[in-house]
Amino acid sequence: MKTLKNLLAATVLLFTCFTATAQTADEIINKYFENIGGKDKLLKVNSFKMNMVTNYNGLEIPVEIFNDKAGKMYVKINFQGKEITQLAFDGKTGWSTNFMTMKAEKLDSETTENMLLQTKEFPDPFLNYKEKGFKVELIGKETKEGTECFKIKLTKTPITVAGKKEENVIFYYFDTENYVPIMTESEIKEGPAKGQMSTSTMGDYQEVEGMYFPFTMNQGGQAMTVKTITINQPVDNKQFEMKTE
Amino acid sequence: MKKSLLFSIISLSALSINAQEITLKGKELFGDLEARQIGPAIMSGRVSDLAMHPKNNQIIFLGAAGGGIWKSSDGGASFVPVFDKHIQSIGTITFDPNNPDNVIWAGTGETWTRNSVSVGDGIYKSTDGGLNWTNMGLPKSERISSIIVDPRDSNNIWVGVLGALWGDSEDRGIYNSKDGGKTWNKIHYVDNKTGCSDLVIDPSNPNVMYASFWEFRRTAWSFNSGGNASALFKTTDGGKTWNKIHNGFPAGKLGRIAIAVSPSNPNILFSVIECEKDTQKGLYKSEDAGKTWKHLNSDFELVVRPFYFSRITIDPKNPDIIYKGGLNGSISRDGGKTFRNLGAMHSDIHDIIIDPIDTNRIYVATDGGMYRSWNNGSTLDIVKNLPLSQYYHITLDNEEPYNIYGGLQDNGSWYGPSKSDGGIEARDWNSVGYGDGFRVLKHPTKKIIYSEMQGAENIWRYNLETKELKTIQPLQEKGVAKLRFNWNTPIVTGLHNPDRIYAGSQFVHVSDDMGASWKIISPDLTTNDKLKLNQENSGGLSKDNSGAENHCTLFTIAESPLNKDIIWAGADDGNVQITQDGGKTWKNVTANIIGLPKNTWCYHIEASNFAKGSAYAVFDGHTSNDQNTYVFKTTDFGTTWTSIVTKDIDGFARCIQEDYVNENLLFLGTEKGLYITVDGGKNWSKFENNMPAVAVMHLDLHKKTNDLVMATHGRGVIILDDVSILRQVTNNIIASEVHFFKTKPFVKEENSSFGATASELEFVGPNPNTSAQIVYYLKKRNTFGKIEMEIQDMNGNKIVNLPVSNQKGINIVSWNFNEKGPKVATGKTLDYSGFTTPLVPAGKYKAVLTKGKDKFTHEFEVINDPKSPVKEVDRADQRATTKMLFNKVERLAYMVYEIDEMIKLNGEIVAKDKNYAKTADKINAELNKLKNTMVITTGDNYVGSAEKKLREKLGAIYASIASQYDAPSPSQKANIESVMDLYNKAEVEFKRLEKLHLSKILEKAKKSNPEYKLKTFEEFIAS
Repeated sequence: MKTLKNLLAATVLLFTCFTATAQTADEIINKYFENIGGKDKLLKVNSFKMNMVTNYNGLEIPVEIFNDKAGKMYVKINFQGKEITQLAFDGKTGWSTNFMTMKAEKLDSETTENMLLQTKEFPDPFLNYKEKGFKVELIGKETKEGTECFKIKLTKTPITVAGKKEENVIFYYFDTENYVPIMTESEIKEGPAKGQMSTSTMGDYQEVEGMYFPFTMNQGGQAMTVKTITINQPVDNKQFEMKTE
Repeated sequence: MKKSLLFSIISLSALSINAQEITLKGKELFGDLEARQIGPAIMSGRVSDLAMHPKNNQIIFLGAAGGGIWKSSDGGASFVPVFDKHIQSIGTITFDPNNPDNVIWAGTGETWTRNSVSVGDGIYKSTDGGLNWTNMGLPKSERISSIIVDPRDSNNIWVGVLGALWGDSEDRGIYNSKDGGKTWNKIHYVDNKTGCSDLVIDPSNPNVMYASFWEFRRTAWSFNSGGNASALFKTTDGGKTWNKIHNGFPAGKLGRIAIAVSPSNPNILFSVIECEKDTQKGLYKSEDAGKTWKHLNSDFELVVRPFYFSRITIDPKNPDIIYKGGLNGSISRDGGKTFRNLGAMHSDIHDIIIDPIDTNRIYVATDGGMYRSWNNGSTLDIVKNLPLSQYYHITLDNEEPYNIYGGLQDNGSWYGPSKSDGGIEARDWNSVGYGDGFRVLKHPTKKIIYSEMQGAENIWRYNLETKELKTIQPLQEKGVAKLRFNWNTPIVTGLHNPDRIYAGSQFVHVSDDMGASWKIISPDLTTNDKLKLNQENSGGLSKDNSGAENHCTLFTIAESPLNKDIIWAGADDGNVQITQDGGKTWKNVTANIIGLPKNTWCYHIEASNFAKGSAYAVFDGHTSNDQNTYVFKTTDFGTTWTSIVTKDIDGFARCIQEDYVNENLLFLGTEKGLYITVDGGKNWSKFENNMPAVAVMHLDLHKKTNDLVMATHGRGVIILDDVSILRQVTNNIIASEVHFFKTKPFVKEENSSFGATASELEFVGPNPNTSAQIVYYLKKRNTFGKIEMEIQDMNGNKIVNLPVSNQKGINIVSWNFNEKGPKVATGKTLDYSGFTTPLVPAGKYKAVLTKGKDKFTHEFEVINDPKSPVKEVDRADQRATTKMLFNKVERLAYMVYEIDEMIKLNGEIVAKDKNYAKTADKINAELNKLKNTMVITTGDNYVGSAEKKLREKLGAIYASIASQYDAPSPSQKANIESVMDLYNKAEVEFKRLEKLHLSKILEKAKKSNPEYKLKTFEEFIAS
């Protein structure tokens, strides 16, 4: 709590200094890294495991998400004592569980290809974004969630949608007081809502091993509350491998 | 804890609000309050311009007359709105041919200049395929007809500005930017009356362009198309010099001129010309790039209403195939010599585009939405997800759910519900009028609807029960001056006598027998200015006397809710009149309104609910070329008026709604959206949450639900559900860290889950939120640190956690009255009973918001559905049975857990002690035998499913009872008995095995696994 207060005091101080001069996207991103614990700490992160709950029709469903540097990932839900891997990627093969048969099935190759691209984003898409080939641009200020924000456009590696390469852009809204994202917007790429923006919000940044992470998120209306975040805890490779049985 | 008390005490009653300044503006205040767009899309609305990606026929942009820009990424099967933050009237949309995936230009301000046309505010550019748009200038252009991006250089852009409709403007002409829209130069100008109505480029030579200029003007009472300045120009040097190309054109004044270049042979041009002589009007063709012209055809479809239809589209591959917009739209296959009408669709065709890849596919913009055709327009199909409906007016009834009644531009009159099973779909809307529909009223007590069309040509009285339909409009009587009705004639039902109707011509007409007989209760209340009564000669070169220009007519009538004899009347020529004796004497109070330009259209008068002498009047000056905002309040029967306009409001206003409870809460409908004040007009906030910047023509507040319902002219009906929260906003609240708003008791509605019929390509309007809503104000967003919410019963026992909303301003957290779901036994498959949560009984509950160390508590009430026939004793039975079954479901889960654990431990023991294997096998066999009767251990979740076991049988009856409201039926009770019999047998057997084996296994297991601990029932449930 003390750290948090110092942090806030520091940001307020810095904020007042900064308002005199125009901000650049890089200044905002650097400030962001400072405020969430520093780039050095993030660079030492090899894997994240997040345990959270999501709310489905009034039911709280436990969800576990794992991501690592090598691009391995899984999303598991726990329901009726059964652990169901909703989505997983072992660095080569992306797969999910069919809810009718409860058996593993491969994701289509386009989705797998796009998942592979996400490897670069670990642990944070802004970390050394230039080396990743990403571009950032400060669009201006906008009020989101009742709060003044910097709008930053992050252009990542193009993804493939229905056989065509498409721009992969996310707009980040960094709260001008704390310099952390509180909202993102990105284009819906498929289905009847294609061409519209999908919005995610994030808040309740809390400390984990000297770094700050959002503990509540809402992705396109789906609320998620993080219970714990575990950093650099090794996971058995079997968790990512597609089960053939 | 102290704080929590303090904050829960602060809940000021609405009446104690005093008119302090509340400076918090919209985006920091409204938070989770969100408008609900319910369509309808069944009749859609006017589409002004279409554009297809030059290389990808999946991508289409649509510009609406009043509904913004929509994008299709599936070849026109469906559309999504992409321009909601900006003005919704669209003139033209153009792809940058050098970067069509990303760069799109839009010129705002529709160019089909009917009386109800809106205005634009400049040119916009998107560089990300339509996701974000930036205004690139030309703020006073008002109407942009054309944009051309140089196919050699994306920074070189030409723009045709048609300009102001209602006045002179020097902003007309052709503009050029050489820096991608940062700066603009006017490169061609005719005069302040004549604007660029079309600008097209030679596809083979970008230095060659053609531009038509049109002299035109509207007043509130007339229209003129044509003059000596109208002309067709050509440039061959990229716009530096422009020359008239009239060789072969008719002599005299010209009107609107359409121009198109053949893409496959750019020497061939077509033009449609409005001129003095009927025989010379129509289609002209040039085969030498404009040097000479030849008249081909004067068919009706070519010459009809040039101000409304002036688009020629030539097939990209075949110069002989030509389409022309018109009343029905027409196609020629012989180079313009002869035409035939396009197939059946909504009339009034404004634009036609052709798929360049498959030229049989065309897309058509009409007054009633967008149509697609796969066979050059022989047969057509409407796009069903475009809620572009252009309402003029709405009213509400007192049904539950209430209905919304209103009329639309060229799409008749309709009514439909504010809520419907499965969402508000096309099938929910009922047609109750033809032509241009305007005011539709429900009789306050009877099943009767009044509906009006086009200048009271008809006022229908429609009996919904007997289907009796008759016209009841006031008719001309002997000795009475010729009646003049506005295109949008005011009709109002009596607030004090339900059978009463008022109608306005230049007089106020009253009927006390539902329109069977009428009496005039006023003198001519208008200025009766003879110069403004010459509609027969309106139109200019093409006569256009539709009735839409009728003037010196009453436009708004308001009966005081407090006194039946106080009636206000406002006229399109600016007059405001009041009677305080039921029409015996009238007083013209127009001159008392200081700061209002003379003859400014009185659009709406709202008689106050709080004092007899109080009223609001909204004036719309845009038809006098004045886009300022005029809203006034009187408290002394019109003797003095105060402006309640602030700089917060952008653009002209049309209508106002006063709250019924808090005098300082007002809602203002403007051409660019909705504004709200909570301090009587000292500060206004634009409401933008899911509310496009669309023209709000009328609004009404529902007395029971407190829903604000808006008639928008381009985005249908938009509802802001339950605005009672806004009654409570005061400075004290804004200063507090956390404040819970008072809410009325929440109804646990008893509804079916049936209803939805629409496909995913059809528009479905969302239903209102029927969950309990915990509404609170946060002074600051909680970005760092923990914030949580849980629902508790009044004893502080937790019922559920809820995801927190966490923004500065008003937050809403919804709870669908559920308790937590049961923990279900683990089997091979999922059991769907696990998805069924019991609902809480009616009563009082607490929401507890925890923010760091601070707790904030709010009490609220849940009540049963008043419509429900279920008796309390039956509810109690249902609850008790649900609870009993819920417990059995969880008990069974625990038994299965214990069995699984024993089997697992046996395995561990065997791994260390082979001698135990035989014993373990025997025990496991007994345990598995029992388990196989308890849960499914084979098969899948679909048709490979195994025979149902105890878990499934118990789960099924639990889910049935938990999902119903009344007591278990005799049949259900019999089923419960049978399931409980199975349960009891299983339990007996379980207990026997448990007693026999559990302690022994645990003891043995301890040796190899000293850490192991079997969970208790409570631990198991909580895990």
